[in-house]
Amino acid sequence: MTIVLIVLGAALGAPLRYLTDRAVQARHDSVFPWGTFTVNIAGSFTLGLLAALPADGGVMAFAGTGFCGALSTYSTFGYETLRLAEERMRFYAVVNAGAGIVAGLGAAYCGMAIAQAATG
Amino acid sequence: MTGRPVDPDVDLHVPRQRSELREAPWGVLAAIAAGGALGALARYGLGSAFPHRAGEFPWSVFWVNVSGCLLIGVLMVLITETWRAHRLVRPFLGVGVLGGFTTFSTYVVDVQQMVDHGAPLVGLAYLGGTLAAALAAVYAGVRATRLLARPRRREAAARIRCAERSEAGGE
Repeated sequence: MTIVLIVLGAALGAPLRYLTDRAVQARHDSVFPWGTFTVNIAGSFTLGLLAALPADGGVMAFAGTGFCGALSTYSTFGYETLRLAEERMRFYAVVNAGAGIVAGLGAAYCGMAIAQAATG
Repeated sequence: MTGRPVDPDVDLHVPRQRSELREAPWGVLAAIAAGGALGALARYGLGSAFPHRAGEFPWSVFWVNVSGCLLIGVLMVLITETWRAHRLVRPFLGVGVLGGFTTFSTYVVDVQQMVDHGAPLVGLAYLGGTLAAALAAVYAGVRATRLLARPRRREAAARIRCAERSEAGGE
């Protein structure tokens, strides 16, 4: 059952990352990878929220391991950082890595704080 | 710019990627969903085989993210510089499998858990260690694949660019 829930969550999360990335890029003509930044922040916020909720194993498998895991990505984040550095945009590469991690942690803490406020 | 995408999931500056969703919307989304499910299952399998308690260094997630970064470096060089891949290869393997396998959300929430469990130094080491190892892995994947594929590379790159220009002209 856990495996089915992970498959369903990931089969939603991965296309949603692709569609979000496209939608964000279509609105900005910038070299900064805002699309990946957006999905990683959204995934971190949601997982932070789930981790602080009394979520059961099934919810964590579907929404945590499956959905948030597939919505967020480290491979794309790493590849984009390298490509920015290769294209002589070292400043953007450093900002991408630093801001991605700081904003991701901030989003996870926000999610946790909201969950704690909601559950008292 | 060299014409190679910055974003391996989708880069709208590349004509073939800009048009792929319009040309085969369900094929592209299904390939991504199937790949994402396979990648997430592989990550879950490794996490179950090598579990960690809250506050401990999450080695399975570390190696998942580092190996996923190595593989995306290899994949992107192969499909943008070496051979002209089928249109669903990048959506399936790059966006789906590797995107679903690696995870950013678990990475930051694990750091948060280590700090909350009184192990901030382990958290900091994990935070910086994953980033450094992942970037080194992408670099190694890209460089090693370029070296091994060099004889075929120049000719193939010209062919890929030529084909993409003719596709772009048809839009």
